[in-house]
Amino acid sequence: MAGISIEGVRKSFGGAAILHDISLDLAQGEFLSLVGPSGCGKTTLLRIIAGLEQADAGRVSIGGQDVTRLRPADRDVAMVFQNYALYPHLTVAQNMAVPLAMRRLSVLGRLPLLRHLSPGQAAARRGIMDDVRQAADMLAIGHLLDRRPGQLSGGQRQRVALGRAVVRHPAAFLMDEPLSNLDAELRARTRKEIVQLHRRAGVTTVYVTHDQVEAMTMSDRVALMQAGRILQIGKPRTMYDDPASLAVAQFLGSPRINTLPGTVDEGRVVVEGLRLPVHPAAADGTGVTVGLRPETLRLTPAGPLFAAVEHLESLGADSLLHTRCGATPLVARVPAAAADGLRPGEAVRFEADWPAALLFTAEGARLAHARAMAHV
Amino acid sequence: MSEAARLPAALEPRLQSRLPWRLHPEAMAGLLLAGPAVLALTLLLLLPTAALLVLSLTDMELGGPPLRWIGLANYAELLGDPGFRIALRNTLVYVAAVLPLSVALGLGLALLIEGGTRGRAFFRAVFFLPVVSLLVSMATAWEYLLHPTIGPLNRALAAFGIAPVNWLGSSDWVLTSLCMIGVWENLGYVVVLFLAGLTAIPPELRAAAETDGARRGWDRFWLVTWPMLGPTTLFVVTITAIRCLRVFDTVATLTQGGPNKASEVLLHEMYLEGFTYFRIGYSAAITVVFLVVVLGLVLLQTRVLERRVHYQ
Repeated sequence: MAGISIEGVRKSFGGAAILHDISLDLAQGEFLSLVGPSGCGKTTLLRIIAGLEQADAGRVSIGGQDVTRLRPADRDVAMVFQNYALYPHLTVAQNMAVPLAMRRLSVLGRLPLLRHLSPGQAAARRGIMDDVRQAADMLAIGHLLDRRPGQLSGGQRQRVALGRAVVRHPAAFLMDEPLSNLDAELRARTRKEIVQLHRRAGVTTVYVTHDQVEAMTMSDRVALMQAGRILQIGKPRTMYDDPASLAVAQFLGSPRINTLPGTVDEGRVVVEGLRLPVHPAAADGTGVTVGLRPETLRLTPAGPLFAAVEHLESLGADSLLHTRCGATPLVARVPAAAADGLRPGEAVRFEADWPAALLFTAEGARLAHARAMAHV
Repeated sequence: MSEAARLPAALEPRLQSRLPWRLHPEAMAGLLLAGPAVLALTLLLLLPTAALLVLSLTDMELGGPPLRWIGLANYAELLGDPGFRIALRNTLVYVAAVLPLSVALGLGLALLIEGGTRGRAFFRAVFFLPVVSLLVSMATAWEYLLHPTIGPLNRALAAFGIAPVNWLGSSDWVLTSLCMIGVWENLGYVVVLFLAGLTAIPPELRAAAETDGARRGWDRFWLVTWPMLGPTTLFVVTITAIRCLRVFDTVATLTQGGPNKASEVLLHEMYLEGFTYFRIGYSAAITVVFLVVVLGLVLLQTRVLERRVHYQ
């Protein structure tokens, strides 16, 4: 078991740069999610860690050993693929046994007919089957060992793919969107199981996903990628509450953070003609963006934000109130009772948790609040 | 029962009175739509086969006396006909030699072409040339290549001190020569089919094999490539076997079954009986034997082997 270190990795495919100078360190046993929109380079980075892709520049080390030039087979990493990549002609048990057989058996011992000719292979074979059974029991797929992948459901295939990864206790797990082919309920359940599996095995894990919910709920740390760069790395909570840029704030959180473009006037922000009680550390006249999470908005009769209701989405306990403040769309997550009876076109007023408002420059960089919040 | 559910039942008697048969309209439509295909199949495939079967039970000869029903006499004659036995034996030897050679060589070539970084289209086209060229004209080239005195092959052998071989003229060598030409003829076809099969293998499987520790190309071949090529291989073997069974044009143009019937094959024997001696009935019996062999192969493919290569 070991940490992973990536230094200055670059990659381009036929002139198109996919990764620009990526550096990243994972502590031993850490669970890190690489999250970002499709095409941001997260899968390419994962494949470079696995050795399936060669970096144009930079170094990859696993457990302190430089593996940049090593073949995937020599890196001691296990990969879980988006479409499972199970061998269709082998049973579940044989699928899970492959990584062990490749390491513990001789070439002769792996051949179906010649294996009886090579000495010492029978004991190794028994050891492999014991390990497979143990891993299968851990994943509750012991009863499927004799089936072929074609006879399994998506969720069961996913478990077999996980089983094939855990069975040999690798230095690192690399997972490439392993849940994206499962339905919502199964996804939520498997999410929990992968976290528990990681906790039990304590193996360093790199988890690629485009789903911010997976990244937020599963990881020790999240690395948010966009256009071949890492925008920010941090604990999920920190990334959400204290994003480094507007792009990070917009990617994390569902529904998306509200962004209100405005200008600084007499130390306060004016949005759509409304003076808001936020004080950015910026000179008068500069353009700023105020970011308000939907759950920080409250309906009050005296709030400073005026908006017109567009439509209402009921989530059960809460409702999403879609409104428009002038030309700016504004979504609020409010208790269902508070939104009861609101009709499209109706005027509402919002109060917000102003100290928690996120401020950004017009270019999207993070901006601090100016004075002590006592003034507000 | 709701009003809507009862409505069609109320309409039914009226509908049925208008239809010529007591058939559901959907079944009628189905029959009408399948009609042309059924007609074409019957006229073009089933009737000729039936006619062939009937002819094989007669003593029909073109320009001969009116045909008589002779039952299985043609088949009985086949059993005792040394010419037919030689033709059958030669055909089976030809299949047994050409089939494994072209499949193995074709798979090897396809793997090399697929693994290479450039020139795929070029190699694919080069190996496919024999398939698209007219074999009768290519046979002229082979005749020159294999000519006992002026042929380049014998001259090249002479450079190594090997005595000239009468490739097409000696009964010891003629079948070997035809087999070589057969491999050359089938190779491109096999290569193209395997190349198509190789591109259909999901790249993730190869990636999974790499991370699972399959270091050598040989390991990855056994773990991924060969099993995933199962359906392709089965198809290639069946198609190539049938193409080999059908060997005719090289025999007809280069050897006419000679010398001394050493290169006689089923279809050429059938051709001789039917179109040279005009013994249509006897020739039909040979064709029936040929059809049975081909059908047997196809049945073996669909009934026995299909299930073992699709991994369901």
